[in-house]
Amino acid sequence: MKILSKFYIAIIFVLLYLPIAVLIIFSFNESGSLSEFSGFSTMWYKELFEDEEAFTSLMNSLILAVSSAVIATVIGTFGALGLHRMRSRYIKGAVNSITNIPMMNPDIVTGVSMMLLFVAVANLIRSQSFFGFGTMLVAHVTFSIPYVMLSVMPRFKQLDKSLSEAAQDLGCTPAKAFFKVELPEIIPGIISGLMLGFTMSLDDFVISHFVSSPDFQTLPLYVYNQTAHNVKFSMYALSSLIVAVILVILIAVNFAGGKKRREVAKK
Amino acid sequence: MRKKSFFQKAAAVPHIMWVIMFIAAPMLFVLYFALTDAEGKFSFSNIAELSKYGNVFILSIAFALIATVICLLIGYPLAYFMSRQSERAQKILMVLVMLPMWCNLLIRTYALMALLDNGGLLNSLLVKLGLDKVSIVGTNFGVILGMVYDFLPYMVLPIFTSMTKLDKRYIEASHDLGCNNWQTMTKVIMPLTVSGVISGITMVFVPSISTFYISQKLGAGKIDLVGDTIERLFQNTSTYGVGAAMSLIMMILILISVGIMNRFSDDEDKTVKRGGIR
Repeated sequence: MKILSKFYIAIIFVLLYLPIAVLIIFSFNESGSLSEFSGFSTMWYKELFEDEEAFTSLMNSLILAVSSAVIATVIGTFGALGLHRMRSRYIKGAVNSITNIPMMNPDIVTGVSMMLLFVAVANLIRSQSFFGFGTMLVAHVTFSIPYVMLSVMPRFKQLDKSLSEAAQDLGCTPAKAFFKVELPEIIPGIISGLMLGFTMSLDDFVISHFVSSPDFQTLPLYVYNQTAHNVKFSMYALSSLIVAVILVILIAVNFAGGKKRREVAKK
Repeated sequence: MRKKSFFQKAAAVPHIMWVIMFIAAPMLFVLYFALTDAEGKFSFSNIAELSKYGNVFILSIAFALIATVICLLIGYPLAYFMSRQSERAQKILMVLVMLPMWCNLLIRTYALMALLDNGGLLNSLLVKLGLDKVSIVGTNFGVILGMVYDFLPYMVLPIFTSMTKLDKRYIEASHDLGCNNWQTMTKVIMPLTVSGVISGITMVFVPSISTFYISQKLGAGKIDLVGDTIERLFQNTSTYGVGAAMSLIMMILILISVGIMNRFSDDEDKTVKRGGIR
């Protein structure tokens, strides 16, 4: 039974990784063929690095991910604070349900709904070039906020109310009490919200597809456009690079986590 | 009770404004476009128009259901076996499950397509072995395979999480009380991991029913699902209304099925708890 279960795990993981492995191997194939490996070459990587559009899309993706994650985290954290303090259950429940809509809805519905809003606004102000960084930023902030709330809200619920009250009794203004007493307690939630927002933004394709313009392309949109009609081997190279980067980050995060746990265990 | 300061009252205002403007208002726009005609008058013409797309809906629901069931059948044993490995192995396996989740869906789909395509590695190997080529890309099977491949990790992870949270003493107790492995599985482990299964099903079903990239790539443009149709309808201003109606119907379908499933999971939890007291 033990061997059988190991065998099952192995088979599923081999199948899961086979396409990705093939993709990486054939990104080094010198002939533009998917069926036969004729020789090692880095020409597709060279082609990719010479492609300015790819580089611009990468930069766009990073700028968008950082700015949307920061904005979503600020709005979401203060939102969680305000909602946590709010007495009316109805308002609280209503705001929470609306906030979670993008998390429940399929991305395509979130995408088309925001597109309809932007189209309406663009018609209203008679703007020809309304879609672009601004619409992308709004959309990414919007779908990141629920994830920020999800990681920050539990921290607020764990907070000891009396601490903030004590700080205020000792002469802090409520704002100062928040920044000095409560903020340090919820920082871990804020950081994980920030990271979640950042990765969600980098990864998003579907929503961006509906609210973007050709002038502002992110990396997933670039991959989509490049792979729409024909096979492009520089996209294999790009995908391989992305997989490699993710692998390094995941190992680094897990390794660092393991180290910390060991240190704690030693203490 | 201390009087609430302006700061505390104002903290949630940007958040509330944001979700009203950018979540609630867009949903109302979907509703408006779905329920008005070209002149902006209230009408059900867009909804009526959807009858043309009946088979698209049926196909999408069928594909998503099949993909979800296959993911569950593959993923549940996988999560179970994973949870029985050593702690170190579990950690490595967990990273291996998460890595594909972190890779963009476009990349995973594209990689699978490259492997299975008519001129891909699989077919060239088959030809070398003297076998016939198989055409997977462009068939229903190809699209379902793509859904299973892309979303399997989303099924495994929540089930695995609820497996690791499960108190091992329940399993020991069930063995002590004379259950064999199969009875322990069906009477103890399965009921206690229902919440993981429910979130796994949701996380596979929702993206499967709404996908358009998988059907574009692995269906080679021959297979039209709800996602493809919505995407196409929103490329042309004159068909926004029908597209909005279609999105609305899909949204309602998903809300209903998720709602039913959550109710189901609540009931299960209750029976488990009741059983525990008895």
